[in-house]
Amino acid sequence: MTKVKRYFKDNLGIIAALAFMILFLYVFPRTHTTFLTKTNIFNVLRQSSTNLMLACGMTMVIILGGIDLSVGSIIAMSGVLGAAAVVWHGMPEIVGILIAIMSGVIFGLLNGLVIAKTQIPPFIVTLASMNIAKGIAYVYSGGKPIRCMTDAWKFLGAGYVAGIPTPVITMTIVFIVSVLFLNRTRIGRHIYAVGGNDTAAKFSGISTSKVKFVVFSFSGLMAGLAGITIASRLYSGTCTSGDGAEMDAIAAVVVGGTSMSGGSGKLGGTLIGVLIIGILNNGLNLMGVNSDWQYIIKGAVILLAVYTDFLRSRKKAG
Amino acid sequence: MSNYLLEMKNISKSFPGVKALQGVNFQLKSGEIHALLGENGAGKSTLIKVLGGIYIAEEGEIFIDGKPVAINNVNAARDNGISIIHQELVQVPHMTVAENIFLGREPMGKFGVDTRRMVKEAQSMLDRFDLGIDAAAEVYDLSIAQQQMVEIVKAISFNCRILVMDEPTSSISDREVEQLFEIMRNLVKQGVGIIYISHKMSELNEVCDRVTVLRDGTYVGTREVATTPRDELIAMMVGRELSNYYTRDHVKDTEVVFKCEHIDDAKKHHKRVNDVTFEVRKGEIVGFAGLVGAGRSETMQCVFGLTPGSKGTVTIDGRPVNIKTPVDAMKYGISLVPENRKVEGLYHVQSVAFNSTIEVLHEFINNLVVNTRREHEITQEFIDKMNTKTPSHEQAVTNLSGGNQQKVMIGRWLATKPKLLILDEPTRGVDVGAKAEIYEIMNELTKQGMSIIMISSELPEIINMADRVYVMCDGRITGCIDYEDVSQEAIMHLATVEGQAQDNTVTQKSGGKTA
Repeated sequence: MTKVKRYFKDNLGIIAALAFMILFLYVFPRTHTTFLTKTNIFNVLRQSSTNLMLACGMTMVIILGGIDLSVGSIIAMSGVLGAAAVVWHGMPEIVGILIAIMSGVIFGLLNGLVIAKTQIPPFIVTLASMNIAKGIAYVYSGGKPIRCMTDAWKFLGAGYVAGIPTPVITMTIVFIVSVLFLNRTRIGRHIYAVGGNDTAAKFSGISTSKVKFVVFSFSGLMAGLAGITIASRLYSGTCTSGDGAEMDAIAAVVVGGTSMSGGSGKLGGTLIGVLIIGILNNGLNLMGVNSDWQYIIKGAVILLAVYTDFLRSRKKAG
Repeated sequence: MSNYLLEMKNISKSFPGVKALQGVNFQLKSGEIHALLGENGAGKSTLIKVLGGIYIAEEGEIFIDGKPVAINNVNAARDNGISIIHQELVQVPHMTVAENIFLGREPMGKFGVDTRRMVKEAQSMLDRFDLGIDAAAEVYDLSIAQQQMVEIVKAISFNCRILVMDEPTSSISDREVEQLFEIMRNLVKQGVGIIYISHKMSELNEVCDRVTVLRDGTYVGTREVATTPRDELIAMMVGRELSNYYTRDHVKDTEVVFKCEHIDDAKKHHKRVNDVTFEVRKGEIVGFAGLVGAGRSETMQCVFGLTPGSKGTVTIDGRPVNIKTPVDAMKYGISLVPENRKVEGLYHVQSVAFNSTIEVLHEFINNLVVNTRREHEITQEFIDKMNTKTPSHEQAVTNLSGGNQQKVMIGRWLATKPKLLILDEPTRGVDVGAKAEIYEIMNELTKQGMSIIMISSELPEIINMADRVYVMCDGRITGCIDYEDVSQEAIMHLATVEGQAQDNTVTQKSGGKTA
């Protein structure tokens, strides 16, 4: 019980923001009838699912003191490679899906390898791999979507299990695994240690390169998984999908209270961060706000959420 | 009244929950070096920040030359001739000395900053003190002592009359300290008043005229340094008599448990460890003395498996062991509490519990189960053992005082149950009371059979605590001295022999064979 209490206390600011948004959308006349329906709730969760996957990886990367800019491009690349395997090379869907996920893992491994073994900052390394992954997606697909309409392909993104959208189930599993990994393993603690003080971690006998390698690989895995989920939902592998997805993930993590300077942060906060961004997108659509304006409103809300959190933590520090 | 350069009267300042200063008085004459003494948290920094315009006092008045002044911001302090040299140096490393001195008020020529004039003026300022520092050099390339000198020159270039130095000697070697004192004496002759903050009592007699002691935010008293015994000052600081400052029951000729032979970092450039051989006996405290940069920390880092490619053999209880990583070292019962806890030790934003248990996670995290109760048991055990003062286990370690942070650090490595504990500068930046406690704990640990290696640049600490002292110079061991024969002179002699070690083997009495 105390754990739940503390969770609410730690995330009071953003939980209040979330509650406010839900209440607002429930009361607002244009969205009153649609917002809290089962269809719309599933809609929000489905739209948030890939962001949560990315954000789980991104939370660890940011706690580690790094950043992973490549995840958006990996979404495009993995979707294209997976779809191409099925449509162009006649492979079974499951192989295409595995290829898509593996391509994400491989990029994650490469990111991790370079970051662990060299002194090049993660920002630069993943900026480079972001471009490479994007390039692969364009070169391989020739810039056109690769359409794939089979039921097996559609299952992961557009299907249902027992009436619940598949991506929502995937998202739930991913989140639980991430929480266990970060909070209940030694390497999870080591992520906080390396992000908090790299040099001290070395003196503690923590293999900092191993930790970095694992975390960036995990982030790649998440991107591959998100990639195939999106490609499945869109019925196609498209080289423009996932554009800017890395920014949504970073925004969710930061709104969730994880510090960009590394060493601290919680997945529980990230979950709420993802929901805030998801509901914001959904709510603005339901309210019929022009999509050009949505960017501006989203930016303002992110800034506001982080600023309230900053005020709260400053008050706590005395 | 007006014979004081600076007078601070009845200064009070509080923060939420704490009264940092309560009615503190302070007087500085022109041409004097005035020490400000007190334990961590006594209010020294707060007083200085009030003087520097960083904090504004709620009560009290400040007079300069007998005239009341209002110091409401940093610029007002500067306009009143007050300059503060902070403990953490605040220079831009990749700019030149001249650029740093003139930062924010660069002399302008026709086409922007007149670099040539700036370098020339900076150089003439530096030369006034005969520092041998090149104004066009990057600050990055200077030693810490030289950076400090630059900071002083910068302060003086603002025509400062009141100079505050916050622990300027905490990270520089004795020889450089001498040079710093020389400059201070020089400044004082020109009528500047210096406020000097330091934890090193031995420096008071050498350079200070008067001393003011603070305790728990209150003013305790002001004394003439020359006529006040050190014990009295310590009693004023701590508020009680410290009967035994150093606690040590010396041991001699116990069995040898650790032997390190021909330790070498095998580096071609910047070689710091050169064929070092030493041994440690059961229950011993072995001191490692030497100037900063002599290679003491680097030697221990080789032993601890932190230096890839280093050579040498380590024998424990007669059996040779292979240590490649810190994990190996801990497995064989060696722990190292690093020198610079801010950089090499603390996970600042994390809790006391996190910091206490990071080495022993395997004791409570297994198979996706975290035994929180065990985690807190371990944390509490070492809080008790080290007598650490912390409001809770969840307190962020960065909010503790220096002494308590150091206790958390030592506790962390004690949790690995070492047979050999290597302490690198265990009392740096630690206040007097906590120091005495750390000495007591060290003595207690060795009584239980643990052996300790203590690297320290504070000679009194080495002389009083160590059973044997190895002295290093330039990457080599230049001698070993037993506690009966140890003296400041003997150590300094060995610490400055500069590379003759290999030829004239300086061996004194038992145990201390040098290669």
